[in-house]
Amino acid sequence: MSVVVDAERELLDEIRRIAGEVAAPVADEVDRDSRFPIEALDALRSAGALSAAVPDALGGPGASLEAIARCCYELARGCSSTAMVFAMHQIQVMTIARHLDGSPWYEGYLRDLHREQRLIASATSEVGTGGDMARSIAAVTPSEAGELEFEKQAPTVSYGAHADDLLTTLRRAPDAESGDQVLVLTRSDQMTLEPAGAWDTLGMRGTCSPGFVVRGKFGPEQVLQVPFSDVMNQSIVPLSHILWSHVWLGIATEAFERARAFVRASARQKPGEPVPAARRLSEVMAELALLRGEVSQALADFIAFDTDPGRERLMTMASVLRFNNLKLAASEQTPRVCGGALEAIGILGYKNDTPYSVGRHLRDALSARLMVANERLLATDATLLAIAKEA
Amino acid sequence: MSAETNTAIREVLREHARLPVDVDTLSDDADLFTAGMTSHASVNLMLALEDAFDIEFPDRMLTRSVFESIGAITGAIDEIAVQNGQAA
Ligand SMILES: Cc1cc2nc3c(=O)[nH]c(=O)nc-3n(C[C@H](O)[C@H](O)[C@H](O)COP(=O)(O)OP(=O)(O)OC[C@H]3O[C@@H](n4cnc5c(N)ncnc54)[C@H](O)[C@@H]3O)c2cc1C
Repeated sequence: MSVVVDAERELLDEIRRIAGEVAAPVADEVDRDSRFPIEALDALRSAGALSAAVPDALGGPGASLEAIARCCYELARGCSSTAMVFAMHQIQVMTIARHLDGSPWYEGYLRDLHREQRLIASATSEVGTGGDMARSIAAVTPSEAGELEFEKQAPTVSYGAHADDLLTTLRRAPDAESGDQVLVLTRSDQMTLEPAGAWDTLGMRGTCSPGFVVRGKFGPEQVLQVPFSDVMNQSIVPLSHILWSHVWLGIATEAFERARAFVRASARQKPGEPVPAARRLSEVMAELALLRGEVSQALADFIAFDTDPGRERLMTMASVLRFNNLKLAASEQTPRVCGGALEAIGILGYKNDTPYSVGRHLRDALSARLMVANERLLATDATLLAIAKEA
Repeated sequence: MSAETNTAIREVLREHARLPVDVDTLSDDADLFTAGMTSHASVNLMLALEDAFDIEFPDRMLTRSVFESIGAITGAIDEIAVQNGQAA
């Protein structure tokens, strides 16, 4: 076995331990109090997991996308919010690593991130454009002494108050069109986040994602130079859909396992008698298999597309449709599995204080359809379908 | 590339790209997206080009870079014409 594979196995063992021993025991409390899962994040930092995706050329472990995706799934078995925070952070790290294009500033930043286990939040959505990542209102604006600045009304910034750094989409300049965008990373000492609203939600409560007015002041070298459309199509959108859906698969699997445990306990109570819940559980198992199939196939497709020279294939409409399909299917299927698990378990699943409670899983799963509204993706797909020939 | 092709592409752009600027002010290598073409408009442009030139863009050509300038569009149309065995 190669060194890399051994290192990835060690990472996964450690992630499983954190999910089971650190995140899961406080998952109900994190949910109830809508508080940040700080002990899980501390454990992830101690394990060096926040820099798992930093390439080895920059001193990091260079874990594969498969390994990172698996971590998201394992963490979600213990605590959805912890897993989603981890997933979003890794999307940011991978996006920077894949597009830094030799920039000394960004290379130095990733080395710092590895050494200091820094946590990156993101502000892509905006008051006025919502979840439309391809348009911005706030702009990179010249400031004094060759510096740049911005002010962005961000409606939803997950773990904004707990992050070290922030990745923000902005218009390239004050006179740029809304679609002429760049990505900017600002460090904690270069920005202020003024709270704008609370985060008291149905689910994903521990992601702590309220609105903020973000103000940043930074150097021109912090503007990622590659075209934003490349970054969005080759990395942010497909990687988000892949890692989010691994989180959702973890939530669905945990709900299913609770239903399975319930059915097993019922069968033991009255040996030899039929367990009505087992029939419903069988249906849920088939639904979960569909979800798992799509999530794994999309990951395999991304890895195949990504080997293409110049990542041209990830720039095609067929690719946009492919990874939108993943998001649409997984976000519909996850609450379906959780709801099915609830029906199989019955009242003990509906109660919040039993070993078979799945209310939290169902509530967390309902965020999937809104985390960039499916309606928005369907509208995009509808346009692309008019011209795309495959898929 | 013929002058007619260039004129025909500009005509389709004028009608379908919904640019906030006059198409005649754009050079052949000007970035249409930077000039304000939305991705929605770019799909309408592709459909209109297929219709005007009686061609089909294969999926591998349906990328942003192929439609980002008049020059790039011309290159794509020429490539399809060559594949179809027509003189470009
Ligand atoms: C748990 C969670 C964490 C998040 N974390 C972050 C984060 O860290 N950073 C960040 O930037 N954002 C974050 N978001 C925000 C997210 O990216 C979306 O911006 C947000 O969910 C709302 O945007 P929207 O486009 O889905 O809906 P909105 O823009 O609020 O629109 C409302 C509704 O109108 C409809 N609609 C609007 N426009 C269209 C259209 N063009 N076509 C069809 N229908 C339309 C849809 O039904 C949509 O649900 C998070 C969201 C969630 C749920």
